[in-house]
This record gives sequence, structure tokens and C-alpha cells, in this order.
Amino acid sequence: MATHQRIDVSRVGDVSIVKFLDKKILDEAGIQELGLELFALVEHDNRKAILLNFADVEFLSSAALGKLITLDRKVKAAKGRMKMCHIRPEILEVFQITKLNKVFDIRGDEAEAIAAFS
Amino acid sequence: MAETAPPDAWRCEIDLPSERGVSRMVTDDLLEQLGIHGWSPSDIFAIHLAAEEAIVNAIVHGNKLDPTKKVHVSCEVSAERVCIQIDDEGEGFDPAAVPDCTLEERLDVPSGRGVMLMRSFMTRIEYNAKGNGVILEKIRPPADA
Repeated sequence: MATHQRIDVSRVGDVSIVKFLDKKILDEAGIQELGLELFALVEHDNRKAILLNFADVEFLSSAALGKLITLDRKVKAAKGRMKMCHIRPEILEVFQITKLNKVFDIRGDEAEAIAAFS
Repeated sequence: MAETAPPDAWRCEIDLPSERGVSRMVTDDLLEQLGIHGWSPSDIFAIHLAAEEAIVNAIVHGNKLDPTKKVHVSCEVSAERVCIQIDDEGEGFDPAAVPDCTLEERLDVPSGRGVMLMRSFMTRIEYNAKGNGVILEKIRPPADA
């Protein structure tokens, strides 16, 4: 199993639940690493149902948004599905301003998001 | 009831090297001062995001990580207003030429959202004529001051 520095991955049924280990996702080197770890879930581990849980994330920059967009494209290309949950209001506003709330499937909490995969 | 006098405005000026990851040389103090001056957590998030995006743009896109070039940052924080000026030594750019990242056909493009976020989260952002300097200003609405 891959060792992760930026994320913690668990499973509920077929859904891989990803929690972020950094409260502030803004350091560029960290964002690069985060991207590689997220992309490996799809490209290496072939995970088809990915839930990103933002419960511990207080801040993210536009560079981090870029990694989430690329991840979403990779998941869709692999015929998988990705959802997000527990996004705090300030970060949700970032998604709304950039209209990424139209691209990403954003749910309230983990239970609601897991149910939406079935 | 006696009111505590608001703290004096805080000012700082610093030259940042054109390296990744140096924005905290400014933002750590900036965030602390925003708290001291009574800005709300959501305003602090907004100002932090705008400052971070502008500094990274200046270092990466402005100075192109050239170690001989600096990014000059000046900040002023009071209870009513925050003003951050960021100048790089690059060639500048035309902010009006940045494509709208919210167009349907650009929604899945991974980059190009920093300037829109700055505009949305601040009261005013203004680039100089060359496009290598920007002023970010946020005025606190009277109801929350």
C-alpha cells in the first residue's frame, strides 16, 4: 500500500475516503505532493469511487483548486466518480465564485456523500 | 461603558526573494494583525487568500522565480481598512486579458483563478499601468466595524 504524506485514505465499502493532513493547503511543494498522491489513487490504485472529506481543511489556494480539477478529470476519464463533503463556508464560497460547484459533486457530510455513490 | 481604544494601524514593508513558499514571511504577521484589529474569520480568510494569490503570482509569473529579482510588499492594517501593495520586477501583464475562468468551456482548466478570487474577496484591486504591481484593499462594512 502506498505511503501518503498529505492524505489519509480509508475505505467504506467501495468508497475510498480521503482526508487531508494539512489544514492549510497553500505551500506549492506540498500541493505538488498532494496532487501526485491524489492522482495515484486513480492511476495506480484504480480507485473508482473517491470521496474527498475537507473536514480538517481551513484554507486552500487556487493552485490546490487546480489539482482538484485535474483529479476530477482523471477520475472521469477512468469512468470513476468523485464527491466532496464537509467543506467549510469560506472554501465553499471559493468554489461558488469560480463556479467549480458546477463541476464538483459537493455533499454535506460523509454519510450523505457515501449514500450518493450507491 | 468605557471603550478600549482601537490599536494603532500596523504597517510593514518587506522585500521577498523570488522563491516558492516565502509568502509566510508576510502572511504570518498579517494574519496575526488582522485578528488583533478585530477582523472576522471570514474576512481574514478572504484577505489571506487574496494576498497569497497575489504574492505567488508576483514570484512565479512576474519575476519568473529569478533569484536576482525581489517582490516588494507593503501592508497597512487598521480596524476599518486593509491595504496590501505587491510589486514585482517582471515585465508585467494585462489583467484584462486573463480569460474568464467561469466560462463553461474553461471550467475544467486547472489554472487561472487567482485574479478572479482577488477581485471577489477584496473591495478593490488595482494594477499599475505596466501590470507588475497591484494594490489590494478591503474596507470593513460599517455594520461590522
